[in-house]
Amino acid sequence: METLYAITVGTLTACSVFLILRGRSFPIVIGITMLSYAVNLFLFSTGRLTVNELPLVGLSESSSDPLPQALVLTAIVIGFAMTAYSIILAVRVRGEIGSDEVNDSNYAEQEGQR
Amino acid sequence: MLANHLVILPILIPLFAALLQLLPWGDNPQRYRRIIGITASSLTLITAIWLVGSVQDEVLVYALGSWQAPFGIVLVADKLAALMVALTAVLALPVLIFACHGEDNLGSHFQALYQFQILGIMGAFLTGDLFNLFVFFEILLISSYALLMHGGGKLKLRATLHYVVLNLTGSALFLISLGVLYGITGTLNMADMAGKVAVLEGDDAALARAGGMLLFVVFGLKAALLPLYFWLPQAYANTTGTVAALFAIMTKVGIYAIIRVFTMIFGADAGESSNLAQDWLWWLGLFTIFIGALGVLGSRDLRLVVAYLVLVSVGTMLTTLSLGHTDAIGALLFYLVHSTLVTAALFLLADLIAEQRGKTASRIVKGRKMAQHNLLGGLFFLAAITVIGMPPLSGFVSKLFILEAARTGAQVVFLWPLILGATFLMMIALSRAGSRMFWHTFEGKPNETTHPKWQHASVVMLLLSAVALTVFAQPISKYTDAIAIQLTTPFEYISSVLPTGGPDE
Repeated sequence: METLYAITVGTLTACSVFLILRGRSFPIVIGITMLSYAVNLFLFSTGRLTVNELPLVGLSESSSDPLPQALVLTAIVIGFAMTAYSIILAVRVRGEIGSDEVNDSNYAEQEGQR
Repeated sequence: MLANHLVILPILIPLFAALLQLLPWGDNPQRYRRIIGITASSLTLITAIWLVGSVQDEVLVYALGSWQAPFGIVLVADKLAALMVALTAVLALPVLIFACHGEDNLGSHFQALYQFQILGIMGAFLTGDLFNLFVFFEILLISSYALLMHGGGKLKLRATLHYVVLNLTGSALFLISLGVLYGITGTLNMADMAGKVAVLEGDDAALARAGGMLLFVVFGLKAALLPLYFWLPQAYANTTGTVAALFAIMTKVGIYAIIRVFTMIFGADAGESSNLAQDWLWWLGLFTIFIGALGVLGSRDLRLVVAYLVLVSVGTMLTTLSLGHTDAIGALLFYLVHSTLVTAALFLLADLIAEQRGKTASRIVKGRKMAQHNLLGGLFFLAAITVIGMPPLSGFVSKLFILEAARTGAQVVFLWPLILGATFLMMIALSRAGSRMFWHTFEGKPNETTHPKWQHASVVMLLLSAVALTVFAQPISKYTDAIAIQLTTPFEYISSVLPTGGPDE
């Protein structure tokens, strides 16, 4: 199970890094969303991967660590808000500048005027 | 009663102020929002000073919901946290007064966002838990995303997009490093983790070091250390003056986090992981000073010049931190206070100058005379000599402390020429900017735009605190030295947070 889990997290991270390094805002937003999935899975695994164990003391023979689950929940909520914000921002940039390239040529000209 | 909850007050006051400001306040809401904002910032300042007074003899620990550490989340106010809280409060009030004269009308809910930003910064300084630090980072980041765009415009939008994407990636790295550290040590409480990391061996220690270096990358991004600084100049130069002035404290949040984590968890007593970031800090810091100084010299816009000045100060602080002994940390903290206040004053001034010059704005070219020419010129002169570090003001004193802190031959050989060289380049750049904008003006009538007295007053307030830093240099450096001693011997902090069953010391 550990190997499969590690491969999943690794693949997700690799794909998201590839997407984040693209030059347009839409793939970047998708990449960041994907990265947050990978991170959430990774955080979840820090309590060690176990099957059939409750995060409650006394109900099963051994109990799993409840803290990573709480951390993942917090990270999901924050990640969700950030994704929503970055999508709105990307749309706004697309609308006002007329291109969704992160560094477009107009920008370099404006730089030159400084 | 109130004294028991003193530690959480700097977080609660901005929180409730922001919530109040979000209520519908009738036809003319801005007036009420400003009153609430200024009252809240004054209250925060009073509590911050009270906090500095109460941490002189002990480390205050506030267990949220009375859940004791390491199981519950604690807020910890030691001398360093109190200093940073006080610095934020001293900065926030004049900047808010400045903003209340027009700039807060450029977009909606500036006032509430401002208070949320303060809330996040205060929380990051006071928390004693790494995951909680992440949460407060997110609070301050999400309000900073909105504040950075305040006023709108294409340049701001693009700078914000870069800033948001970089920081979202940074947050993901932060979570990964927290996951690694939690997986190895089984705790997120900083004091508890310091004890656990110290006894790690072999592979576990290697993993903890990897987690620590990831944290270093994240904090380096916030602090704008060399390979991670590219977001800073554009973001700071394009946003409004008030936001840039408030952001003078934002890089210091990153520096604070580096100081906290890399003196306590990965400090000198951390076993196999001891002094993890020392060498990196030294070289990256030196290169940051170098690049920052070149940027100062090469910028053709006053705001960009000030943004690169922030970079130079970041480099100076982190290089000094890497020296590691108490005198160096004391000098670094003194410099931190000085540079925050004076760069904030410069950002506000650049805003005033840009508006009064009209079409040429803050570009360093020949332009029309300003309506309040002499006043702005005088203030600029004062701020410039302070930030360069010429006698007699606080810049000189703090640079002297830093130069004195370099002890061995190698340290002197690298640090002295770079700091003095950067000072020289800053002097050239700022005197060029000043003479172009104030002396080489076109003949004829000056521009008509003027600014209300309160906006000048807030710049003067920030500069006066730099003067106060010079006059009271001795007591303040005594306090920063006391902080340095507390940081290099973290036992007091750790034993206050974990009264029973602390680390094996």
